[in-house]
Order: sequence, then C-alpha cells, then structure tokens
Amino acid sequence: MLLCPAMAHAETTATEADLRQIGRSGGGLRRMADRFGDRALLGLTALASLAAVALIALVIDRVVAGSMPSISKFGLGFLWHTTWNPSLSSGVRDSNVFGAGVLVYGTLVTSAIALLIAVPLGIAIGVYLSMLSSGRLAAVIGPLVELLASVPSVIIGLWGIVVLAPFLHSTIEPALHSALGWTAIFGEPGTTGLGIFNAGVVLSIMVLPIIAAITRDLFLNVPRELKEGALALGATRWEMIRTVVLHSTRSGIIAATILGLARALGEAIAVTQTIGAGTAIKASLFANGDTLGSRIAEQFIGAVSKLQVSSLFYCALILLVMELMANIGAQLIAGRYARLQGAVR
Amino acid sequence: MALSPVGAEAPSRTTSVPFAIDARQSMSPEPAEAVFDLRDVSIYYGDALAVRGVTMTIPKNVITAIIGPSGCGKSTIVRTLNRMNDSVPGFRVSGLVGYHGQSLYAGGVDPVEVRRRIGMVFQRPNPFPKSIYDNIAWAPRILGLKHDLDERVEKALRDAALWDEVKDRLRSSALRLSGGQQQRLCIARAIAIEPEVLLLDEPASALDPVATMSIEDLMQDLKRTYTIVIVTHNMQQAARVAERTAFFSLDVSEGHRAGILVEYADTATLFTRPADPRTRDYVTGRFG
Repeated sequence: MLLCPAMAHAETTATEADLRQIGRSGGGLRRMADRFGDRALLGLTALASLAAVALIALVIDRVVAGSMPSISKFGLGFLWHTTWNPSLSSGVRDSNVFGAGVLVYGTLVTSAIALLIAVPLGIAIGVYLSMLSSGRLAAVIGPLVELLASVPSVIIGLWGIVVLAPFLHSTIEPALHSALGWTAIFGEPGTTGLGIFNAGVVLSIMVLPIIAAITRDLFLNVPRELKEGALALGATRWEMIRTVVLHSTRSGIIAATILGLARALGEAIAVTQTIGAGTAIKASLFANGDTLGSRIAEQFIGAVSKLQVSSLFYCALILLVMELMANIGAQLIAGRYARLQGAVR
Repeated sequence: MALSPVGAEAPSRTTSVPFAIDARQSMSPEPAEAVFDLRDVSIYYGDALAVRGVTMTIPKNVITAIIGPSGCGKSTIVRTLNRMNDSVPGFRVSGLVGYHGQSLYAGGVDPVEVRRRIGMVFQRPNPFPKSIYDNIAWAPRILGLKHDLDERVEKALRDAALWDEVKDRLRSSALRLSGGQQQRLCIARAIAIEPEVLLLDEPASALDPVATMSIEDLMQDLKRTYTIVIVTHNMQQAARVAERTAFFSLDVSEGHRAGILVEYADTATLFTRPADPRTRDYVTGRFG
C-alpha cells in the first residue's frame, strides 16, 4: 500500500476509496514500470561506465602490441637514443634505427616552458577573479578565460605561426639572447621564430585556462572565515593571500599544475605547427625540436617500414605512461587536498 | 565618504592613531573615557539601508554588549568598528565613526592599521590550518614583531587561559583542538599583537555551555587590559558579562526595514528597568 493507514482513515470514505483504487490499479502499473526503469537505468549507466574502462584497456593493449617489435629491437635505450632514421637504403649509416631521445627531451622542455609561463599567470588570474576583482568584472573575464580553452589547438597553432613566430623572432628572442645569452639556453635567434620556445609559448596558451579556472575555484573555496580572520589580524590583502589562501591551497595548485602538464605533454597538432621538426637536441631553446605527440602526428601516415610504425607506437606508449603518471599524481594530491579541506571545515 | 575628525586637535590625514597603546598603559583617572564615539551612523549595502542613525559611545576597559533579534544589524555595526565591512560590495557608511577622536572612515586612514589596533573574533572558530604555535605567531610575524616570539606566544596563550592545555603540543595542528579551545586560540591570536579593542562577534554561539562559560570567564580577565565589544543573541550572556548593553531592533518605517539602536544603558538598568517598551518586550521574552 502506498498510503499509511492513519492518513487513509483521516480521509472521507469517498476519497479513501479513490485513493485505494489508484493504489491498486494505476499505482501498481506505475510501480512495475518504475522497477523496470530503475533496473534499466542501473544496467545502462553501468554499461556506459564499463565501456569507458574497456576502451582504456583496448587502447593500452593496442599501443603495447603495436610497439612490441620496436621494444624488442631497441629496448629501454629507445628512451634516450637520439637517432631517428627511417631510411631503408643500406648505404646510409644507422638506417632503420629509431630512438626517441630528441622527442622525450622536446616533450619535457616544451611542457616545462608552458608551465613556467602558464602557472604564474594562471594563479594571478585566479587570485584576481576570486578575490580582487569586482563581481561584475569577474563575471565577464571568467567565462572569457574559460573560452580560451575551447579554441581549437590547430587555430592556436596557426596563430603561433602567423603572429607569434615573427614577434618572437624579431623582438623576444633577440632581447633574451642579449640579456641572458651567456646561459646558452638563450642562443642565437633562429631564422623563423619557429622552434621549441615557440611551441612552449603556444602550449602555455592552452594550459593557462586550465590553471586559471581551477585555481580560481580553489581560492573561492577557501573558507571566508579564514580570509577574514587574516584581515582582522591586521594583514594586508597580499599577506592574507600569500600566507593563508596560497598556503592552504598549495596541494590543489600542484594538482592543477599536473593537469596542465598532462595537457601540454599530449598536445600534438599545435606543436607540429610551431616546433619546426628538428632532429637533434640543441642547448638553445630557440632551435628546432620535436615532441612525442608531434612526431606521431607527422609520420604515422607516411611511415615507410613496420619498424617505424612500431617505433611510433613506442612513442605513443611513452606518452601514455607519462600522461597516466601525471593523472594519477594529480588525483593522489587532490585526494590529500580534499582530506585537508575536510579537516578545516 | 570624506568625514572630518571629531576633535580639533586630531590630525586631519593620518594613518596612525599614536595614542592607542600608550593610553592603555597609563590608566586614566576618569573611568568613562570613550574609545568609540558613534554619531548618527547609518550603514548601507548598495541602496539598502542596513542600520540607521546610531549614536553611542563605547567606554574604555569595560565590556559592552550588543543584543537584538536576528537581522537587526548587530554584526554589521560591530564589523564597521574595525572596517571589516570594507570588502563587502556596496558597503557605505554615513555619519561619524570616531575612535579616540579620529574618524575611522576619514580619507588616509589605513584599514590595515585600524584592524591591527582593533582585533576581532568571529562567530565560528577560524584557526588557520597550521600548528597552534604558528597560529599565534602568524600576526606578529607579518607585523615584524619577531623579537622574543616564543615569549609573545606564551603570554598570549596564558592570557587566553589556554597555555596549560596546549603547552605540550604547540607544534600540533590547531584543528585538533576542541571548538572551545579553538575559540580561545583565536582570542589568543588576536591579543598576540596587543590590540586596544577586542570585537567579539557572537563568539560563543557555536560552542557548548562549558566552553561558553570558559569564554565568559576569560572575558572578565581580559577587560582589565582590553576594551571589549561583544555581539550576542543570548540575553543571559549579555546580562552575565557586560557592564553596558545596547539593544538593537528592526524598525519598519517608511516602507524600509533597518536596524536601529533602541536603548543603550547600564546592563542592570536595561534588563530591570528598560525605558523603552520595545526593550521591555524583548528582554522579558515577549518578542524576538
């Protein structure tokens, strides 16, 4: 019965009969339909979740299987050997020999440049939007920053070629070279403005909205009592932000940085457009280079040997492992952060 | 809003209130020296009038309680006394909020300096997620009072009657303390930088009766050194701790609801012989 007896007795006889009628016929049907619907809902949602898990397993399986020939041929040395020679003619030295050293280096350095630029800028945007700007201004700027994340990477890559490259080449690279040229990483400006540095800057544009959006939410979630507690003790806003807000959200900031890193590591197209497809590790950031993702995008279609295809799969495997480690790291740190937050509340 | 200083001798533009600490150390002969002097203070949030036309003086080294029903502007008025409302969008104050003859809202008054001299403890205990020691040492450190920091921390904890309970675990997290201990820690944190005034905004409303009693006992000790203003929704608490009590209420006139000061008197007088019928209704429990 749908109705409790006390309630039913309180009704007039006619209403009671009506309600019983509903309870017996319509309600009964509805309950059956509901039960079926509930089971179907459970089944479908579980299936969808399982499909995602199965997809990851299939992708990993395919990538591992594909890279097997290269793994058995080059072993772990693939990670640091810098020869990448798809040529099959027997006269060429090291023909059909592959190593991802240049690509691993390029991936790590472009991602590092991206984070060095995007993390401080993103935190600054987060601080401004969450604590310093007036509500109306934040309501305009916040969505615009997030909109940056929805610009397709190929368009940012184009912008990197058309706008950023000439600007870096004519202005930024000479300035950095004349001021910090003695450090060797800021060598002679390249001829085009394309290269590792350009790719890093382009990646920073893609990482920036991630860092800005996450840190803004982190800072907004710092309990108001803590912020006011600091101000009430005669702290300036900067002292409050530095010692209370940034301090209590530091693990969240690290997690956001790792999520940004994951984005930078995996980006292929925009890097292909701006990095200049170099084949050697050079000290100068202004030199050409290449990354794991970019090399796969460049060469997979036109690969000339099975070993080259397998080596590209091996690159994909390395990238996959890097991404998984970054994601797991972010989740571990975020979990720790959540526990800390729980303790504050 | 540009306001002129109260006294002719007060400097018109200054960021410091030079006599604040000295005045506390040399006890003045007349007991009724005013710390705050509010004249016709109205407080707005945007276009909405929150508190209307408050005129009252708050004397030195006594406990002044502010009571009244929810929404009557108790917290608003006390947060105006240390410019804590500055960050609230649309906050505006008219009239004169005088502090030792200096208008707190005059141009050139630094709110950071105001808050350093007028400490505040909030409704919910809000220790920083740091150790007990670092909570107390936090404000002295940012203010550059690093000399004899250990002594300063110990003195603050002793004055807040918390030392004996925490002296063996100064390095453990302040979040592990009980609610009452956390609130006393917040009081210790506030007095570690030797303010002149302590504003307590419903400091015991989140605490159990035993913890509440320890906070009330502590206030009796602290009033020898500090001028205390306590906001409370608990009339018995005001009657127990405060020498002076101000009763605020919501006034609905001209279609607007705004908090007003109904009556301000010695606590005993306010509770036993209230002059205003609204006060009488409230303190006898007929309303609110």
